[in-house]
Amino acid sequence: MRKSRVLPRAITLTLYVLFTLLPLYWMLAMSLRTNEETLGAFSFLPMAPTLDNYRVIFTDPSWYWGYLNSISYVLINTVLSVLVALPAAYAFSRYRFLGDKHLFFWLLTNRMTPPAVFLLPFFQLYSSIGLMDTYWAVALAHMVFNVPLAVWILEGFMSGVSREIDETAYIDGYSFPAFFIRIFLPLIKAGVGVTAFFCFMFSWVELLLARTLTSVNAKPIAAVMTRTVSAAGMDWGVLAAAGVLTLVPGALVIWFVRHYIAKGFAMGRV
Amino acid sequence: MVLELEHVSHLVGGQTHLYDIDLKLVPGAINVLLGPTQAGKTTLMRIMAGLDRPTSGRVRVDGKDVTGVGVRERNLAMVYQQFINYPAMSVFDNIASPLRLQRVAAAEIRRRVHEVAAKLHIDHLLDKRPGELSGGQQQRCALARALVKRASLVLLDEPLVNLDYKLREELRTELAALFADGQTTVVYATTEPQEALLLGGHTALVHGGRVLQHGETLAVYSTPASVDAAVVFNDPPMNLLPARFGDNGRLQLPFGVEVTLARDGLPAGECRIGIRPSQLRLAPVSGKAITVSCVLELAELSGSETYLHLNTRHGDTHLVAQLQGVHALALGSAVDVHIEPDELFVFGEDAQLASAPPGVIHGVH
Repeated sequence: MRKSRVLPRAITLTLYVLFTLLPLYWMLAMSLRTNEETLGAFSFLPMAPTLDNYRVIFTDPSWYWGYLNSISYVLINTVLSVLVALPAAYAFSRYRFLGDKHLFFWLLTNRMTPPAVFLLPFFQLYSSIGLMDTYWAVALAHMVFNVPLAVWILEGFMSGVSREIDETAYIDGYSFPAFFIRIFLPLIKAGVGVTAFFCFMFSWVELLLARTLTSVNAKPIAAVMTRTVSAAGMDWGVLAAAGVLTLVPGALVIWFVRHYIAKGFAMGRV
Repeated sequence: MVLELEHVSHLVGGQTHLYDIDLKLVPGAINVLLGPTQAGKTTLMRIMAGLDRPTSGRVRVDGKDVTGVGVRERNLAMVYQQFINYPAMSVFDNIASPLRLQRVAAAEIRRRVHEVAAKLHIDHLLDKRPGELSGGQQQRCALARALVKRASLVLLDEPLVNLDYKLREELRTELAALFADGQTTVVYATTEPQEALLLGGHTALVHGGRVLQHGETLAVYSTPASVDAAVVFNDPPMNLLPARFGDNGRLQLPFGVEVTLARDGLPAGECRIGIRPSQLRLAPVSGKAITVSCVLELAELSGSETYLHLNTRHGDTHLVAQLQGVHALALGSAVDVHIEPDELFVFGEDAQLASAPPGVIHGVH
């Protein structure tokens, strides 16, 4: 009885993991091969593993600046989104005011709009005020999507903290900023972590706005990767290595916030 | 410190939570706010604290109008029913936090925190976080934070409700001792009449957003001003029976008994009689006792006490008797209970107290 249920489960799970990981493995394998081997006969393992492809990325400024650009605007965006969302979420969580529920919903609807809709206005606006091709251009554009999400997630975590803690702090004599930073923030640090993670992820993978609003100085890595088709043909190995490196920051962030995310799911806000 | 509420009323979203309350706290004493849940005790406390602003009326501290003055500018402390501490700080930092904000010197802070922690028996837990403590210890931590400020007004909103029975008794005794020095005006909200009696001091009965009666706890208990006041301050509830005074001046009870009450100020005609369950006895105390034969409907045992739910044979009246000790009586059996006429409360037709049992303490404000 027990055995007959365990076996199908093991098979299903194995297949699932296999299908999920196969493309990842294939990219990793490609990044360790030369172009000749990639285009040559089929083999499951790299015959002559090489780190040359990675060396190209870490030595060629046009490659590694792609990463630095991406990381710069993603960090600016994450920090700003969380900073802006914290007071807003506190207001939504603690105060009742005219139209608060409608405003909260309206914030969320921003998230439902496809990024392409905002492309033209952003392009025109940034061109006219000289923001084009800067980290701030992309960071601010991404905030249209990240701030509503951040408010939504943080509001859930804040509402889980009982209001009496605020009042006790005021009775003890805390000013609002002192209370917020010394008492309240430590209580919702899991929420801040989860929020930062989601802002980071959206901004890291978003390509359309990031590519259109930048040209040279702030070109993100994803845009660099799409422009590697040269006269000499496609550089498969370097492209695969770039892909692997693109996954690393996300994997790192997930590793750090994995416990918090479970908590966020439990609160129904992620 | 003298705290006064003048014509305070409070509306939330068109609903009245408090109706025109006048209340003057007795300084340096424990003032119990006794009433059922939803009576308005917490609302009243929040207005006293300055957390909420009354819709109308004035709050005065030592004669000075402080209505609308923020809670930070008031010298008070508050403890909630939930155990409210700062989870990210150690117990020491929790207790020290109000003193640090007052810029008290570090050595003085250490001394005062250790002193109050020792009083509340949490001095061995100062390095822990509140989350690692048991419920009773968490509430002690919250109490310590309230006490360490030496505020002139301490508000305790059902502080012992979420604790188990043993801890509650222990902490209640300690609390009464902590405030015995008469330096602090304490407001203590509770739903339990027992608790008010054990704490002593003064009691204000709160019911349906109104203060029914305010005075010394024992005086309020022995002379409830109205039927409502008697209901709020009696657990198990007082037996309330319809009765009337006949033309001969004798009281006619619903189970076909007539009795003469040797008292002044008795009303004429219809009235209501109140008998405490503990005053229904299986054996008469004096020769004047009225005997009522009943049928036992239900017997509840609470260990040291037995509650009998009885129906009178004559007049079909429901009575509850509270007896000391364990009484094994068969359901449906005949039980004779005895009532002392001198222990009866008489309420007039307007539900106000007409006559309390003689020999009780007077002095109701």
